[in-house]
Amino acid sequence: MIQEINDIYIQQYRLFEQSINGVRHNIIHQMRRKGIKQFEKLGFPTNKHEEWRFTNISPLTRIQFTPAYQVETQEISEEQFYKISIKNINGIKLTFLNGKYSEKLSDKGFPKGIDVASLAQIIRNENTSIHKLIGRFANNENNSFTSLNTSFLLEGVFIQIHENIEIKEPIYLVFITSDTKTPLIIQPRIVIMGGKNSKASIIEHYISTEDNSNFTNIVSEIGLDENATLEYNKIQTENNNAFHIGSTYIEQLSKSRFTSNSIMIGGSITRNNIYATLNGEGTECYLNGLSLASGDQLIDNYTSIDHAKPNCSSREFYKAILNGKARSVFNGKIYVRKDAQKTDSKQTNKTLLLSDDAIMNTKPQLEIFADDVKCTHGAAIGYIDSDSLFYLRSRGISENMARDILTYAFANEIIERITIEPIQEYLHNILFSRFKNARILRNE
Amino acid sequence: MLEIKNLKVSINGNEILKGINLKVNPGEIHAIMGPNGSGKSTLAQVIAGRETYNVTKGEIFYNGKNLLDMSPEDRAREGIFLAFQYPIEIPGVSNTYFLKAALNAIRTYRGLEELDAVEFLSYIKEKMKLVEIDQELLNRPVNEGFSGGEKKRNEIFQMAVLEPKLAILDETDSGLDIDALRIVADGVNKLRRPDNATVIVTHYQRLLNYIVPEYVHVLMDGKIAISGSKELALELEKRGYDWIRQSEEFAK
Repeated sequence: MIQEINDIYIQQYRLFEQSINGVRHNIIHQMRRKGIKQFEKLGFPTNKHEEWRFTNISPLTRIQFTPAYQVETQEISEEQFYKISIKNINGIKLTFLNGKYSEKLSDKGFPKGIDVASLAQIIRNENTSIHKLIGRFANNENNSFTSLNTSFLLEGVFIQIHENIEIKEPIYLVFITSDTKTPLIIQPRIVIMGGKNSKASIIEHYISTEDNSNFTNIVSEIGLDENATLEYNKIQTENNNAFHIGSTYIEQLSKSRFTSNSIMIGGSITRNNIYATLNGEGTECYLNGLSLASGDQLIDNYTSIDHAKPNCSSREFYKAILNGKARSVFNGKIYVRKDAQKTDSKQTNKTLLLSDDAIMNTKPQLEIFADDVKCTHGAAIGYIDSDSLFYLRSRGISENMARDILTYAFANEIIERITIEPIQEYLHNILFSRFKNARILRNE
Repeated sequence: MLEIKNLKVSINGNEILKGINLKVNPGEIHAIMGPNGSGKSTLAQVIAGRETYNVTKGEIFYNGKNLLDMSPEDRAREGIFLAFQYPIEIPGVSNTYFLKAALNAIRTYRGLEELDAVEFLSYIKEKMKLVEIDQELLNRPVNEGFSGGEKKRNEIFQMAVLEPKLAILDETDSGLDIDALRIVADGVNKLRRPDNATVIVTHYQRLLNYIVPEYVHVLMDGKIAISGSKELALELEKRGYDWIRQSEEFAK
């Protein structure tokens, strides 16, 4: 059964290969070929696969998705774009409709010190030096979704921040899936390079305009040179029928600082992988996450932090709020290599259950080969704390309001870590719409 | 204002309060003292409406209303305030927003207009001076990362903002150094009015040097063993609690 499904994707690849006639010799295409070979070898994971034990992707394999490049996508109006996107972001904005770069909804002309280009454009140019920067960090070896994404490498974005450049306003990447007759598979690639001493912030935002079961399989690659700083925000607010598999690969050189805030709200099945390699001394890596699931949603966060060099620190703080029959997974891998002495690593995972039927699976995995390290981890799963509830009620706040305030507060502890205020506001509004009694906390 | 009649309370089948009688009138300050584990905090929590305790017998009347029929939030809205022995940390909500929510919930119950952000901020300005609390502390999440003293001061600040009729201070002096103790006590004294009352739960006499009670009650083994004037507190400081136990047994 699963073999047949795998074959469908392989056939789709053959068609894709024919359609891109003419640019088959460049290194991008060699990557694609390697990608599909690897996918053929791996196939889609099942629950027998250790890293997919709690996440059954069979609903995803039951749908036959059409590759997005095959269909014409209707542009959406600027009005509609304004309605669904995060408001008041002043930075560079790039929009992708069903994976395709939308000129109409993207900014043109960028500040000095930053290169931004649609990946499709770069790939169309024969043999530019940028080709070599693609696929450097994304590892196809044991992730079939990444290898599938590599096979269909075509659309996406390339961003390079030059040495010593600080981009004050965030770079806002908007991925919109919109209405089509058949469910689509959309596989963009994002490549971000932070030069020496550079500083920037990125937003990846996933939105759907309709209730279609589209499948987004995205890969992001981030390279941070010495002393570079990047805040990476991934906001997933697709509809509850969508499938979202995302993998973000980060390679950090010495003294670089990487902060990721993964806010997972949408999707029928969402799997968000982060693979960070701390490949230079004195790097700092902060991974924060908030999952908000209800109904029968499944949100799975997988993180892997590889402490390859000494004197690095990593902090993970993932939270989930689960309602209805929702399920969530947190799998936190931390490797400390033999050379990575004085590693300082802390992992925290907290889950708030709002119903008796919600399920959380949490699995810390520490593999430590150095002897002089500080590594701690902790997980807590529970209902709203009765002491906190009483404290609020003893101040005149009703029980229902107290519950909503405490739920909001639980989520906000992660949201507060995002330094871009418009995102905070956007997420607060989502919380206020779900936990209505917390609205009393609005600044009015 | 507050009348407790033969109150018996248990938790998990253990009887902690074994028949408490207490009457507090407007304008009065009462101190409830007693050794550890005598039931002082239980009494404070039961008055505030903590549901984990099981009231097996007795009644509590507050301004003529049956308090035991009321939810914790309604008790607060009717003017009861408990300063917690261990104030709860709530990461993710700032002190200011939390207090504004509380004040507006109480104002709505009393048929008053809610205060908007600007009105609220000007309202709390004066209250901040009262307990010498600064803006920075108010912007921080509720009690998170506060020192022991800051937490206690924050409780009294909340009390100043919510203006209760009956305030119960549960071990408010514990964890305070002398300076903080003086600030907290000054705050409580300034909030004193002829129409409100305060119950101070403590096992040291120290706080009572600053907030002088009209009545001192000694709680032992779930009962008020002896009541007296403020001199009783001084005597406890000198002689401890054992002599009461002995004289009680003697009385039997």
